[in-house]
Parts: sequence; structure tokens; C-alpha cells
Amino acid sequence: MTRSTGSGASVRSRARRSRALGRLVFLGPGLTYLIVLLLIPLALLISFTVFRRGRFGGIVYELTAENFTRLFDPLYLGVVIGSLRLAAIATLIALLVGYPTAYLIAQLPQKWKTIALVAIVLPFWTNFLVRIYAWIILLSGPGLVNSTLMDLGLIDKPLELLYNQGTIVTGLVYSYLPLMVLPLYAAIEKLDPQLREASANLGAGPVRTFASVTLPLTLPGVLTGCLFVFVPSFGNFIIPELLGGGRSIMVGNLIRDQFLKSRDWPFGSTLALALIAVLIVLLLAQAWSARRA
Amino acid sequence: MRKSRLLYVPFWATYVFLYTPIVVLVVMSFNAGDSPYVYEGFSLEWYGTLAKNAAIREGLVNTLIVAVGSTVLATVLGTLLAVGLARHTRSRALDALGMLPAVLPDLVLGIGLLVFYATIKSTLGLHSVLLAHTVFGMAFVTAVVRTRLTHADTSLEEASRDLGATPFTTFVRITLPQLAPGILAGALLAFTLSIDEFVIAFFTAAPTTPTLPIVIYSMVRFGVTPEINALATLLLLVSFTAVIVTQRMTRLTESLS
Amino acid sequence: MLKITGVSRRFGDVTALSDVSLEIRQGEFFALLGPSGCGKTTLLRILAGFESPDEGTVTLDGDDLLGQAAHRRPVNLMFQSYALFPHMTVAKNVAYGLERERLGRAEVRGRVDEVLQKVGLETMAGRRPHQLSGGQRQRVALARAIVKRPRLLLLDEPLSALDKKVRAEMQLELKRLQNEVGITFVVVTHDQEEAMSLADRIAVFNAGGVEQVDAPVELYEHPRTPFVAGFVGANNIFEGRACSAGLAGEELGILPGDSGLPDGTPALLAVRPERIRLDGEDKGVLGGEVVDVSFYGGISHVSVQVSGRRQPVLVATQGATQVQTGSKVALGWAEGDGVLIPQ
Repeated sequence: MTRSTGSGASVRSRARRSRALGRLVFLGPGLTYLIVLLLIPLALLISFTVFRRGRFGGIVYELTAENFTRLFDPLYLGVVIGSLRLAAIATLIALLVGYPTAYLIAQLPQKWKTIALVAIVLPFWTNFLVRIYAWIILLSGPGLVNSTLMDLGLIDKPLELLYNQGTIVTGLVYSYLPLMVLPLYAAIEKLDPQLREASANLGAGPVRTFASVTLPLTLPGVLTGCLFVFVPSFGNFIIPELLGGGRSIMVGNLIRDQFLKSRDWPFGSTLALALIAVLIVLLLAQAWSARRA
Repeated sequence: MRKSRLLYVPFWATYVFLYTPIVVLVVMSFNAGDSPYVYEGFSLEWYGTLAKNAAIREGLVNTLIVAVGSTVLATVLGTLLAVGLARHTRSRALDALGMLPAVLPDLVLGIGLLVFYATIKSTLGLHSVLLAHTVFGMAFVTAVVRTRLTHADTSLEEASRDLGATPFTTFVRITLPQLAPGILAGALLAFTLSIDEFVIAFFTAAPTTPTLPIVIYSMVRFGVTPEINALATLLLLVSFTAVIVTQRMTRLTESLS
Repeated sequence: MLKITGVSRRFGDVTALSDVSLEIRQGEFFALLGPSGCGKTTLLRILAGFESPDEGTVTLDGDDLLGQAAHRRPVNLMFQSYALFPHMTVAKNVAYGLERERLGRAEVRGRVDEVLQKVGLETMAGRRPHQLSGGQRQRVALARAIVKRPRLLLLDEPLSALDKKVRAEMQLELKRLQNEVGITFVVVTHDQEEAMSLADRIAVFNAGGVEQVDAPVELYEHPRTPFVAGFVGANNIFEGRACSAGLAGEELGILPGDSGLPDGTPALLAVRPERIRLDGEDKGVLGGEVVDVSFYGGISHVSVQVSGRRQPVLVATQGATQVQTGSKVALGWAEGDGVLIPQ
């Protein structure tokens, strides 16, 4: 301040100019990039939902509501509901497996805690396709699961383990289980162990303590984990394609096909919008519960 | 609290579930036989075949070009944006915009960019994948650096200004060094994510410029071969090393700061 | 009523409790006092059922306590951190324990209202813990524990989280409540003033063992071990051997004390600062030079350097003192004020 010799007004205007310059330098490039390569593409996608498709792909700029009416065609609605169901089942299984695992990790001594957590994250950082591929090997006719069952004499001919809805769910749980365990672990770790002791001290058994103290207090973690598993499961198209054998298609496959096979961009965009709408509802629900807790 | 023995069942089941496929994959990559399912003895045969596979080599080169390019771009843009969001605005909407690519389903981002490139009549190729990967890479860099910024001590920056440094000098001499571990972690994250990314690349790459995940995808789709086991094992090795190195490094930087 | 016999507990190489035996009477306000790490908290956790001893027995009115699971014991604990359930209102927190007893809804309500009134929080029933002040949270924690009408109430450092003013208030409140509900209180504390002002009897813990069990006044006036003499209140401690007139110090000569020990026994002599007189220069037992005077309002502390002793002798006088730094003084005390402790 002492270096400036001008009047108060010019000092202030210089400060304002320097603030504007800071904004331009720091926020300018990133925001421009996001506007061009994120917001404009999304806006295009959303605007397509009200236009007609061209006969050979592309867009005819004529307003129509047919994309939305088609969304409620039982054929497509069935796929959306089916995807919701598969994603929900995968999320539930991941929660039931992930909660006790996260709970136990949180009780481990510090050194083992780190190792156990890294071991949970490690598969997640390996190539997604490779992990799905591993399940094809495991579950195929001559694969390890069938051959083990046959060696044990439990079955005499290989089971059809691949290419059904169960396989899709297995693939989804396998891919996204780490995303369930991490937020659960964070929530459980944060929980004051004295609260559980207090509950026991007041006469509550282990089950009661879990239901009225541990679970309600880790609920935000539960919801975050569920969101982290549900979101990528719901819009997935690789797992249904590679493990579902194309027979049980999910909404992700449908969207992909609209863009790459039938080249119906308006309907594909509408499906994508529906996907986003479901996710926004879930995000709002999670934010609401986190605020309440 | 003592009777948590029962919890060990799902605990161990989780790890068995997570690692069985990986172990099988690795074991089978050393299989002497032709079948990807039945183990017939040790051999490095499939690693040899893999080395001769031109498509995979090409995919690997493409992937590295995209990953390095998008990481550099994402790190620069993401770091500036993080500082801008933390120090030059209070807008929650801009904050949310910065995080949007990280929460948006990859499928939506992929088709959005496909539509965008088609509308502006841009050609597809490595450049289109690189620009696309920068979008989400930037979000992760921003997130990591931003967390570090909120923990950083603003009085250091104020002290620098008080001692007569210009905003630019303050940024270079004080802010950046404080952020270095965060920037490094963000860059590593962006790089790893780009290497593994399939969905967005699938929509934005030209058929003549497939990245490695796209090559793997087409191989897997047309059947299982032991060659993929070998490739998968190598990729596992790279990822595992990267994760463990990152873990060590973050612990090192944590202990330093 | 509560009988602890030969309780020991080790954690790896660390012995938290070794062969502790105590008897606590019905309706008593009993304090476990000691520095941190002395084992008092471990004992408390054993009583609550969160730890098990390696050896020893604990009975409550003749019933074995250790065989019962924590949630079945007629013992309630007020946690140091209060451990209030953050997702429940004050009323829900207090009702939590009663609901576990499968009481009727009306009775639960009635007892919750009654106890909230008793601790003066009836208007706060609908609040969440984070909306309360420290003192209020402490009252909720207390209400939650006493509403169960336990036979034994354990309090873990009950006042440590409160600031000085609230602390004095709560101290009185705790005593009043204990009188009112007639439950046996066992309080764990490292704060001797807290223990002295609250408890009927105090057990002083050190390094996993009990040093002395006595009423506060007795403990203060007649410490029986060197540790108690040094830990409870300020003390001037002299080393030497017992003799008929008190203690024979090696360099300080005979110091008056209330000796019951055989002549020649190695012993310590403890004299409270407030029992030492500042006499004229040629009278008294010891002579020295004043090195520091501190005024605390009600009392003043005078430090006197005595030749033949490394640490200055501390003297406490009522009000402001006329003595100045550098002046020569003599120190004296009555024979009954010197307590001899075998070493």
C-alpha cells in the first residue's frame, strides 16, 4: 500500500483490475474448456431430444414429442426398469457384502487397516475390461468354477454360468464393490466407538446397538456407497454385453445402439436424458439425507 | 464387541471374490496349452505371441500418446481452475461445474462429445480422444488440488503479499510449491484413468486409431485367447506397481508436510 | 456392596492393574484418583464390562459381575466425552436405556420428564446434543445414566471437559443429585480437587495399584505413602530417619514430626506449606533466604531456600505477606503438623 502514491479511488480501481485479471488468468482457461467440451455437448444432446431423426441418421430440425412417447413404449420402458432392477440388486449385494467388510477393516490395527484398504482398491485400479474378461474365463463351460464343482462331484456336466442376468449382477458387484467399501469405511471409522459402548452400557445388545446407533450414524456413508455402485451400474453397457451375451440388454446398450447402430440420435439423447434424470433424483436424495444427518 | 468372529466370513469372502479372477488370469497367462481355461504347464509362449501382435502395439502407443497429452493439458488447466475456484470466486455453481465431469456417467460424456464432434464436423482421431480425456482428467486434478488448497495455510500467501511480492510471484514461489504434492497426485490420477478409459474413447476414437482398451475390447468380444491373459497380466503388473508407488509416495509426502 | 478382589489386567508388557482390591459401600460417593495411566480408567471399564481382568473377581451385592455381558449389568457409566447419540434428541437419548427395559411408553415418558426436571433440562428435551452447551451435555449424560436407576453409577472424569465456572456449579449439582437419588457413585478423576470436594472416600492409584483408601481430610492430613504425600496437595518433603522427636535429616538436623515409627527407620517427613510459620531470624527449626514471593489473592506463596536442601521450602500464608525477596527468615511448625512416612 505504501508504494502507491495515487489517490484512494485509483488504488481501489487498480485493486479491482488486478482481481479481474486474477479471475481471467485462473478461471478463464478451465471454464472455457468446460463450456466448449462439456456444456455445449450436453446442451446439444438435450436439444436433440425434441427433434426428429433423419432417414439416414443425423437430425432433422423439426420439433416433435415422439422421442418422449417412445420412451414409454413398453419395450423401452421394460429395458429401463430392467436396468434399474439389475443395478439395484447389484447395489444391495455390494452393500450386504461391503458393510461387514468395511466394519471389520475399521476395527483392524492401523498397519493392517492400510493393507486391507489398499487390497480393496487395488483391483479397482486394474483395467476394467481385463477384470470383466477374467470372469468369462472363470465362469465359462470349461472354466475354474465348473471344473471345481465337477471335481467335487457336485455336478456332472458344466452349468450355464455365463450370459444371464446373474452373471451381469456378478460383474457389476465385482467391478464396483470397492466404491461401496470406501465410503462405508470412512463413515464407520469416523464413528466414536464410545457411542457403541454407551449403547451397551444402557442395556442394548449387539443387534439393537447396530440398529439404533451404528446404522443410523453411518447412513450417509451407506447412501454414498449405494450411489457410487448404482450410478455406473445403471448406465453400464460393457458388462451386459460381455457377460450378458446380448440377451438381456440394459439401458446403456440401448443408448449405445442408438448412436452407433441405428443412428437414431434424438431417441438416444432422450434415453440419455432419462438416465441423467434418474441420477439427479438419486443425488438429491443423497444430499438431502446427508444434510439431515 | 468381542463376538465379531462372524464378520470374518463376509470379510474374507470379499477378498476371495476380488482376487480369485485375478489369480486365475495370471496363472492362465503362463499356460503351455492353447486353451485359456485348462492349465497344462508353464510357458512364456503367450508373452511371445503378444510381443508380435501389431494391433496391441499400436493400441499401446495410441493410449500412451492420449494419456500423456491429456494429463499435461488436464494438469495445467485443472491446477489453474482449482486456484481460481478457491481464491478468485465464491460461486458454488462454478464449483459444481468443475466437478461435473467426474460425476457424469462416462456414457453420457462419450455420446455428448461424439455428437459435438459430428456437429462441428471435426474429424475423429487421437486428438478427439485426447481432448475428451482432458475433460474428466481436469475434474480430478481440480478436485485433488482444491482439497489441498482448502487445507493450505492462506496466511503464507498473505505474508508473501505483505512482504511486497506480486500476485504472480506469490503464486509461483508460495502457492505452487505448497500444492506440488496435490498436483502430482492429481496428474497421476488423470494419467491412470486415461490409460484405462474405454467408454469415452470408444465413442470419440476413429476406427483407425484405437486405444489399447478398444483393442482389448474387440479381442474379448471375438473370443477368449490366452494372449489376452498375458496382456492382462502385464496390465495388472503396471497398475499394481502404480498403486503401490502412489501409496508410498503419498505417505512420503504426508510425512514431509 | 461392590467388592473388587485381586483384580489384575495386563496389556502386552504394560501392567494396567495389579492385584487391586477395594470395597465400596452402599450409597457412597467414591473416587478413584490418580495420574493418567495409573489404571483407574481400566478399572472403570472392567466394572462397566468393556474390559475383562486377567485375574480377580468383582461382585455387586454378592452377585458376580464379571460373568455378565456389558449390556446386562445394573451399572451405568457417564462417559468422559459424554457419548451422547448425535442423531437423537435429548429426550430420546435419555429414554434409550429405559426402552431397552421394555417399559410402557407412558412410564418411559414419565421417568424421562422427571429426570430431565431433576437436572434442569426440561425445556431442552427436543434439542439435539450439538445444540447444547458443554454443561448441558454433561447434564444429559448424567440424566441418561441415572434414569436407569442403576445400583452403581460410574463417572469417568465427569467435570474435566467443563470450564472453571461451570465446573464448580456441576460439582455442587453432582453432590445434590447423589444425595437425592441415593445411588452409589464411583468417579474416576485425575483432578484431586474434584475428588476431594466430591467424594466421601478416595482411593489413590499409582502404577496400577492402590496406594491409600481414605476420607479426603484423612488423606490430606495423614498420607501413608510417599506417593500420596507428593500427589495429594502441595507438600514439603524431607528425607531422613525416624527419631523420637520426628525426623533426623542428614544436613538439616532434627525436624519436628509426629513419629510413631521405630527409631532409625528410613522415612520421609511431609509438612504442608500452610502449616509452616515464618518466624523471626533466630527462632524456628530451619533458616533460609526468601527467593520468591507470589501473591494469589487469598493466599501468598513464599519460597525459602534452605541450605542443605536443593528445592526451596514452600510456605503458604494468609493474605498478602510483608516478607520480601532476599530477606532472611526462619521456618517452624508444630510437631503434630509433620507427618512421618516410612520409605
